[in-house]
Amino acid sequence: MTRILKHRLFWPLIALAVLLAINAITQPRFMKITVRDGELYGALIDILRNSAPLMLVALGMTIVIATRGIDLSVGAIMAVSGAVGLTIIDSSGSPENLGTVAVAVVVAVLVALVLGVWNGFLVSVLKIQPIIATLVLMLAGRGVALLITGGFITTVNSGPFEFIASGYILGLPFAFLLAMAAVAAVGIFERRTALGVLTEAVGINPEASRLAGVRSRSIIWSAYVLSGTLAGVAGIIYASNIKAADANAAGLFIELNAILAVVLGGTSLMGGKFSIAGTVIGVFIIQTLESTILFLGVPSAQSPVFFAAVVVIVVLVQSPRVHRAGRHFTQAIRNRGSSPVPADSEVAA
Amino acid sequence: MTNPADDDVLPIVQMRGITISFPGVLALDAVDFFLRSGEVHALMGENGAGKSTLIKALTGVYSIDSGSIVVAGQAQEFGSTHDAQAAGIATVYQEVNLCTNLSVGENVMLGHEPRKGGRIDWSALHREAARYLSGLGIHVDTHSLLSSHSIAIQQLVAISRAMVLDSKVLILDEPTSSLDRGEVEQLFSVIRDLRDTGVAILFVSHFLEQVYEISDRITVLRNGALVGEYLAKELPRDELVKKMIGRELDDLAALSVASSRPIDRATTPVLRAKGVGKRGMLEPADVDVFSGEVVGIAGLLGSGRTELVRLLYGADKAETGHIEIQGSTAKVTSPRHAIDHRIAFSSEDRREEGIVADLTVAENIVLGIQARKGWFRKVRASEQDAIVREYIEALGVRPADPNMIAGNLSGGNQQKVLLGRWLATAPKLIILDEPTRGIDVGAKADIQRKVAELSAAGLSVIFISSELEEVLRLAQRVVVMRDRRRIGELTSQDVSLDGLIDFIANKDEGTAA
Repeated sequence: MTRILKHRLFWPLIALAVLLAINAITQPRFMKITVRDGELYGALIDILRNSAPLMLVALGMTIVIATRGIDLSVGAIMAVSGAVGLTIIDSSGSPENLGTVAVAVVVAVLVALVLGVWNGFLVSVLKIQPIIATLVLMLAGRGVALLITGGFITTVNSGPFEFIASGYILGLPFAFLLAMAAVAAVGIFERRTALGVLTEAVGINPEASRLAGVRSRSIIWSAYVLSGTLAGVAGIIYASNIKAADANAAGLFIELNAILAVVLGGTSLMGGKFSIAGTVIGVFIIQTLESTILFLGVPSAQSPVFFAAVVVIVVLVQSPRVHRAGRHFTQAIRNRGSSPVPADSEVAA
Repeated sequence: MTNPADDDVLPIVQMRGITISFPGVLALDAVDFFLRSGEVHALMGENGAGKSTLIKALTGVYSIDSGSIVVAGQAQEFGSTHDAQAAGIATVYQEVNLCTNLSVGENVMLGHEPRKGGRIDWSALHREAARYLSGLGIHVDTHSLLSSHSIAIQQLVAISRAMVLDSKVLILDEPTSSLDRGEVEQLFSVIRDLRDTGVAILFVSHFLEQVYEISDRITVLRNGALVGEYLAKELPRDELVKKMIGRELDDLAALSVASSRPIDRATTPVLRAKGVGKRGMLEPADVDVFSGEVVGIAGLLGSGRTELVRLLYGADKAETGHIEIQGSTAKVTSPRHAIDHRIAFSSEDRREEGIVADLTVAENIVLGIQARKGWFRKVRASEQDAIVREYIEALGVRPADPNMIAGNLSGGNQQKVLLGRWLATAPKLIILDEPTRGIDVGAKADIQRKVAELSAAGLSVIFISSELEEVLRLAQRVVVMRDRRRIGELTSQDVSLDGLIDFIANKDEGTAA
């Protein structure tokens, strides 16, 4: 029992379960999943589907944060990637062609990868502080996206492209499966190779790692490349969902939600040990919360306040300090209820 | 053994039956400890004996599982370090924990700044700070940055902070480990003055000589349990050592043959450095190390000994000179280059430059090998298990748990883990900078024995230590540094300890060997 309690994913999971329970009680239809033509529908399935872009971005953010870094440019990279993809499809003249869409997606993701290389170069080679280095692209990226789309919101009608966000495979949303595949691939890659543990070593103690011979430059660099690339895929899913490249709205503030998801999942902003499973739970907490806001009919003007309040509660529930205070409190009550204890020790408790 | 019941006055600190356990480890097992006003009380024990744990219980860092703490007649249950401070317990740690980027005066008065009209009264602050400092016999400009002063002054500033808090109990955890002789004297005179004003002082040090010089009473712990409390003048030194380690230490004497082992210097040296230097850091210096040889580097703190080895390893880039490895010229401008040439370097700063605290013992040990192999080729689990088990056993890491978080180990065991990390990479030359600093007698002996053993088997070693006996015992040759300059070289056999000290202190310049 204590082993379960001490597991670092215990409290994030409790938070998620409580959120889901509140929804299930207040809105019975929340838990309902219907099958139509072998495809699953319902509020829970929507959460899975809608979580895909945040999942991809938070996944990259987890690795970047583990290196003691941060990537503020992910939202802007999403905008660029969407703009590149849609512009290619739009200008091809054959939007329904699967080959066209494939080329557009691959080029868009490659562009995002290059932007990640740029971020990594600034941080690992030029040693610019990550928050400043990625701020450059965060501010400039949307401008680049607007340049690509010529200042308009490019829209397309392309079946294959729309499939990315709204299609189904094996009864589950394709976007969700794509995000999960990325999670599995990154998770396996980090742990099967030594990249994960070396990333943690660099994040925990950069100087000790350098003296131990760890090539921290390439490790830090690779984290930003990964983050950029995943943001590129997220940008494609976002654009596919609204069937348009909106340079101003795509991925707006997603970097903040991604950082929040990473922290909720138990990875410290100080860098070091990271938990991909934790980040997945963190993303689900945020996505469930957004649905909760919709379901409970919180007025949109007040929803940020509601969101913030719940996040504060979730963070407090996970804090070791609060756990300790709670233990002291219950102990004090138990002491008072049972046998009399010397008064002086009681006061201190 | 002394008994608290014999005292005229009740001890100001009474710890009874203190028990603390961590997952898998009973760190303290029903330990009693009493500290009286106006005494200097030394807490002695090996690594992992429970000294730090006991101190952390008293300073509120750890909460106790059972037992009681009474301070000045009041039962206490510390939930945080703040609670302990409020009860009048102040602590000065081994690594000074002050704000080095603030001024001396700001550090002394931190949190207790005199105010005028809601704002800090800066002139009063500096006046007050100067008063507290001069009370301890320190006269420095309180406006100067703390970082511009030596560790010794920083430590005294930390002590004067304790005076600002009007602490009745002062805990000094390894305060002398980075001080030179004169600074220790200064610190001790401050400690004696405080003792005479009735402050109870808990003193932890690995230097037996200093313990006997300053302490009135000694409490010995071993393996988390209390061995006993003694008056210092009634406890002979060898008795103390026996109580601490629980076994005879005569096997260290056997090491003295290490320094007289003949070395074949007709061969090509493993490493030969000529005129290696860097402006503002080290004047050009020469060093050579032959196969199976231990070369000691002696000198005071700041003499350039650490700077020299950092240049040899490529941790810092040399501006002048060149390095030959196995007879051929080598470029060593980064640790990677040194590692590729099979040179290993264990830094003097274990915490900042050695151990990766949040990783496990196993991950720390294989880190060196893994870094060599690169991230793509991960050391296989079975291979890792075998390597880790081998070094935990060979070096006597305690607890022998590969999955323990390395940061939770005691200093001596962390040092063993670091030694394991480097030995696992099968180096030809290992540079050990203060590998025995701040660790206890037993672990020290383990590490010295290992160095003697490995060098006899053909490994070349550069060994730096502030403890000159250690250098003379292990090294065949000793390079002496002073004021960031190499001032000469001695053969261990031809020189006594006093001779070496005299050489470090008085050797004329220009006649270096």
